Amino acid sequence: MQNNVISHPQFTREGKKVAFTPEVLEKVHCLMERYPEGRQKSALLPVLHIAQEELGGYLSVDIMDYVASLLDIQPIEVYEVATFYSMFYLGKMGTYVIEVCRTGPCAISGGEQILAHLQDVLEIKPGETTPDGIFTLKEVECLGSCGTGPVMQVNTEYYEKLTPGKVDKLLEDLKEYADRNKPGESTWMEKFC
Amino acid sequence: MDGKILLANIDIPGIRGFDVYRTHGGYAAVEKALRHLSVQEVIAEVNRSGLRGRGGAGFPTGLKWSFLDRKTDKPRYLVCNADESEPGTFKDRYLMHHLPHLLIEGLIISSYALGVNTCYIYIRGEFKYMVGILENAIREARQHGFLGERILGTDFSLEIYVHPGAGAYICGEETALLESLEGKRGNPRIKPPFPAFKGLYGCPTVVNNVETLATVGPIISMGGEAYSKIGRGKSTGTKLISACGNINKPGVYEIEMGLPVEDFIYSPGYCGGISGNKYLKAVIPGGSSVPILPADLILNTARGEKRLMTYESLADGDFETGTMLGSGGFIVYDEDACIVRNTWNLTRFYHHESCGQCSPCREGTGWMEKILYRIEHGQGKMSDIDLLVRVAKNIEGHTICPLGDAAAWPVASAIRHFRKEFEDHVLHPAEVLSKERSLLKVF
Ligand SMILES: Cc1cc2nc3c(=O)[nH]c(=O)nc-3n(C[C@H](O)[C@H](O)[C@H](O)COP(=O)(O)O)c2cc1C
Ligand code: SF4
Ligand code: FES
Repeated sequence: MQNNVISHPQFTREGKKVAFTPEVLEKVHCLMERYPEGRQKSALLPVLHIAQEELGGYLSVDIMDYVASLLDIQPIEVYEVATFYSMFYLGKMGTYVIEVCRTGPCAISGGEQILAHLQDVLEIKPGETTPDGIFTLKEVECLGSCGTGPVMQVNTEYYEKLTPGKVDKLLEDLKEYADRNKPGESTWMEKFC
Repeated sequence: MDGKILLANIDIPGIRGFDVYRTHGGYAAVEKALRHLSVQEVIAEVNRSGLRGRGGAGFPTGLKWSFLDRKTDKPRYLVCNADESEPGTFKDRYLMHHLPHLLIEGLIISSYALGVNTCYIYIRGEFKYMVGILENAIREARQHGFLGERILGTDFSLEIYVHPGAGAYICGEETALLESLEGKRGNPRIKPPFPAFKGLYGCPTVVNNVETLATVGPIISMGGEAYSKIGRGKSTGTKLISACGNINKPGVYEIEMGLPVEDFIYSPGYCGGISGNKYLKAVIPGGSSVPILPADLILNTARGEKRLMTYESLADGDFETGTMLGSGGFIVYDEDACIVRNTWNLTRFYHHESCGQCSPCREGTGWMEKILYRIEHGQGKMSDIDLLVRVAKNIEGHTICPLGDAAAWPVASAIRHFRKEFEDHVLHPAEVLSKERSLLKVF
């Protein structure tokens, strides 16, 4: 389909050809088979998680179009989903996306201070990425971890009962691994099938 | 409490794995149900148990199951709601993390009772690590013949799949969840038709919470009658409560329904009292969507009776002086907590999470957030307080799904019980703000 009529202020269009490796494709097909015949669109959320992780950390228009073709749906069906859910990113993010919970229970156990501390140390505001491209800071809502607040996720891994000291230590560790995969980090790919 | 039902075995090392789980009586309930009980008998046990939905609304589970359309020849589905995003709630995560097989067992028995051959666990995407735990448990169950074709040699077959969401509180609402599971935006559907008739892919569907479904195994093991004797009145059995906020021992506790709220807050076996020996100021007992109550009303009802952890007792006094058990997300505030700031924070949450389909919810939550922001930041007017009440009233009951109500109730109840604090913010902003700043938590 001709999709250059559709645009969105946050969309990234790179005109790159994107494709999964055969190994990933196999997973995608296995995922599609979990839903009844003709309902392969159901696999959209898990496939977008995999796409975001395997194809560069965010969903460009090229990637969304590619996913649409895999699931045999219209590109707009992918766009409207990608723009709805907070875990999908539409533009380039830092190597580490730090998502700090800002909701009530965390806020009353020190969450506001953790966010302020991160802003001070990284010298960026929520929504921004450090100039070296290593950290993106984001505020998110309740992460279902309110008993161990303050809480944040870094690339969807939980870090709980935070203190400014713990945050400093973690940032140091992360910087050390910034050019490779941090040990212990798990992928969406390995979860399914 | 000794009489734990769900968490009885949680401390056994390795209980997350199939083998250890099995040695401690795991999957005996599945064997009992599939080998010795008819579909009607399983449903009868669940009915007899008095089990009520643990996802928030407290709707009787057996009754919900009885609505399922069994006349069509379409497939039927069971969907497990593991979206757990209600602020203050983290019990399902705890249960799945430690006892994934307890959930799988419940799913097998419930699917058998409902005549379902495909079951999906819809789990919030942020619980990515849990997807691996659940998929692994499913794999183990299949290896041991508890999932797949012709389970235990019967003619009942079942597949369970884990389906991740991607960050949207609204997908916990059951029809938004179904939309999301179909690969769409999480926009709640207009009801009727209810999922029992037109649910997933337009087919009859039951949506139940993780804790509800995990309780089905123990009910089959002990019998519905025995389960119904635990607890108090129509609040039968036990409930997982996730406690957080300004208490000494935050965590997930399994309580027998009927425990006095005061015991729950102060006894060393549960919350262990308010941290720093401060005074209790307020509690939101059932997740951020239920009304907040000040200390005196959460400990005792307006009629002077001890408030108990049951659906009925917490709701005693309706919204004037009562609240709800909800999801069991128990948030405790000490004397230093600012109710205005907290209400602003929670309203921002609902504004952020509104799916945007209904104007009262989409616009109203935004207006309330803005008004609360200005009161909290010393720019409020006296008339703002009644304006908030009016906006909340105009949202309540005028929307497609209950998120609108869930956004309105916290605001209405905070003003009902803490109006003076809102007025103080308007009248003495400088004083209030400097006091708050001096109280910011020091590590
Ligand atoms: C905005 C909103 C969010 C909800 N979130 C959840 C949730 O995260 N988990 C859940 O089990 N139920 C949630 N519910 C309730 C579900 O709609 C549904 O009633 C429940 O899953 C039914 O299961 P039960 O009968 O076993 O409680 C939510 C409801 C609303 C309106
Ligand atoms: S009440 Fe709010 S969340 Fe629910 S359907 Fe309407 S706009 Fe969406
Ligand atoms: S409020 Fe932060 S995890 Fe729930």
